[in-house]
Amino acid sequence: MIVRIEDLRVALGGKQILSGAGLEAAPGEMFGLIGPNGSGKSTLLRTLYRALRPDGGVIEIDGTDTRSLRRRDQARLLSASTQDSDHTAALSVGEVVESGRTAHLGLVGGLRAEDTAAVQRALTATDLLHLVGQDVRTLSGGERQRVSLARALATEPRILVLDEPTNHLDLRHQLEILGLLRAKVADGLAVLITLHDLRLAAEYCDRLAVLDRGGIQAVGTPAEVLSTELLAGVFGVAGEFAGGRLHIHGLAHRP
Amino acid sequence: MRRFALPAVLVALCVALPLAAGLALSVGSVKLPLADVWAIIVNGIAPGAIEPWWPPVREAIIFDARMPRVVLAMVVGAALAVAGAVAQTATRNPLADPYLLGVSNGAGLAVVLLVVFGFGAGLFGTLTLPIAAFAGALLALAVAMVISGRGGSIVVLLLCGLAVGQTFGAVSSIILFGWAKGNQTEQVLFWLAGGFGDARWHMVAVPGVVLLLVSAGIMMAGRWIDLLHAGDDSAAALGVNPGALRMVLLLVVSLVAGASVAVAGGIGFVGLLVPHGARALVGAATRRLLPVAALLGALFLVLCDLLARSMAPPIEVPVGLITAAIGGPVFLYVLLRHRRRFG
Repeated sequence: MIVRIEDLRVALGGKQILSGAGLEAAPGEMFGLIGPNGSGKSTLLRTLYRALRPDGGVIEIDGTDTRSLRRRDQARLLSASTQDSDHTAALSVGEVVESGRTAHLGLVGGLRAEDTAAVQRALTATDLLHLVGQDVRTLSGGERQRVSLARALATEPRILVLDEPTNHLDLRHQLEILGLLRAKVADGLAVLITLHDLRLAAEYCDRLAVLDRGGIQAVGTPAEVLSTELLAGVFGVAGEFAGGRLHIHGLAHRP
Repeated sequence: MRRFALPAVLVALCVALPLAAGLALSVGSVKLPLADVWAIIVNGIAPGAIEPWWPPVREAIIFDARMPRVVLAMVVGAALAVAGAVAQTATRNPLADPYLLGVSNGAGLAVVLLVVFGFGAGLFGTLTLPIAAFAGALLALAVAMVISGRGGSIVVLLLCGLAVGQTFGAVSSIILFGWAKGNQTEQVLFWLAGGFGDARWHMVAVPGVVLLLVSAGIMMAGRWIDLLHAGDDSAAALGVNPGALRMVLLLVVSLVAGASVAVAGGIGFVGLLVPHGARALVGAATRRLLPVAALLGALFLVLCDLLARSMAPPIEVPVGLITAAIGGPVFLYVLLRHRRRFG
C-alpha cells in the first residue's frame, strides 16, 4: 500500500470533522472519496497533503509515518490540486506550473533540464501549452483548474491528490482530464480523488470510499459500494449501479 | 502577459539611477554643473584621470556633504521597497508594507525613546540605534499579531498593524513635543516624517549590510517564497509550512524596516507603491521582482529627496511628506483595483 490512513481524527474550529477515518490506496489505483457536502472529504485530503494537522491517527506513505517525513520530501512523493487556487499574483501560467518542481530543487538554483521537461509534459497533458505566457489572473475558472492540475502533475509524484479537479471544467476537458488520469494510473500512479458527480466517480474510479458522519462507511469497487440502500441512506437519491454505470432516478423517499 | 524583459528593465534602471544620483549631487545650496559632478566622481574613483578644473571645495561638497545623503536615500529606498515586496508576498496582500503593518512606527518609537530619554543608550555601541529600531519594529508586529489572533485574516492583521502603528506614532509625537530638548526639537519633524538631512557616511553601513544580506537570502529562497502566492493549502502541498515561512518573512520585514527607520525616520508608502510599479514591469515572481523593486525604490527615494530639498529652498520638506503625498493616492488606486478582495 502506498497510502495508509488509520483512525484519523481532525477537528476544525471546535467541530469534529473526522473521527476515526481510515483507508488504504495502492499504486496503479484510482481511489475515489465520495460523500455528501460537509462529510469531510476535503478535510481528509487536506490532512493528507499537510495543510491541516490531525489531532490523532496515523498517515503512512510507502510505509513511512508522514510525521517523520520532511515536508519537502513528502511533496516530492505526493502532490495535490487543491480547491484554493484563486490566483491573485501577477504570475504566468508557466511560472505557476514550474512551482510544482520546487520540492525537487535545492534551496538555491534554478530549473534543470529534467524539471523543464516535466513542466512541458504537464502543460501538454493539460492542454495549456498555448497559454504558457498568460497571466493566471486573466484565466477562466476551468483554465485555472487545469493550471492547478498541471502544477500537481509537474511534480511527477507517486501519489496524486485531487480535490474536485473537474468541477469547473467543460465536458470535453472533464473527460480529457479523467482519461489522462486513467493513463497515469495505468503507469503506476496512485490517485486519490474527490468527485461530486457520482456517475463520473463510478465510471472512472477503481475503488470508492464513502465518507459520512466523520468516518468511512463503505469501501470497495463501485459495484460493491453503490448499492441502492447506500445511495438512499447517504446521498438521499434513488438509483442503482448496473452494467458498469450508475443510474440515478431522482430523490429517494425518506421514511 | 504584458511584461518587459528583465534584463531590459534592469539595464534601464541601472542607467537611470546614476543619472538621478548625479542630478541630486548637483542640486543644493551651491549649484554644481553636472559636468563637474561627473568629473569629480570619476577622479574620486581613479585619481588623476582628469586634470581638475574645479575648486577643491567642490570635492568636499560632493563627497562629504551630498554623496552620503544620496547614497543613504538609495539604500533606504531599496530597503523599504524590498521590505514592501516581501511583506506583500508573505501576506498575499497588495496593501501590506512596513508602514501599514505598524513596524515602521514601532521602530520609530524605540528610536525616539532612545534619543530623547537615553533608554539603553550605548548598550551596543554604534549598533544601539538599529537594534532598538528592530526591537521596536518586532514589538509592533507582535502586538498586531496577538490582537488579530491566530488564524485571523490578513486584512484584520493589516488593520491591527495600522492601528498599532498609529498609536505608536502618536506616542512618539507626544514624547518628541513634550520632552525633546534643545537640538532634539529640531529633529522632531525628522523622526516624524523622515528625511536625509543628517546623513553621514557611517549611517549607510547598517542598512546597507542588512539590505545586501536580506536580498541575497530572499533571492536564494525565491522559489520557495513564491509558493505562498498559491495560497496556504497549495503551499503546504508543495512542501513548505506557510505559517512558519510567513513568520520568518515578516521578521525579515521588521529587520529591514527597523534598519531603515534608525537612519531615516518614518518614511511611509515607499514599500507600498514601489513593489506595485515593479510588479507591473516584471511580474510577481520573487527572483524577478526583488532586484527591480530594489533599484526602483532607490531611484524613487533619490528623486523624492531631491524634490524635498529643491521645492522651497532653503527649507527642506521632510521626504516622508513627499512620499505620503504620492503614496496616498496610489494606495487608494490599489484599494479600488482590488476592492473585491476587501469587501
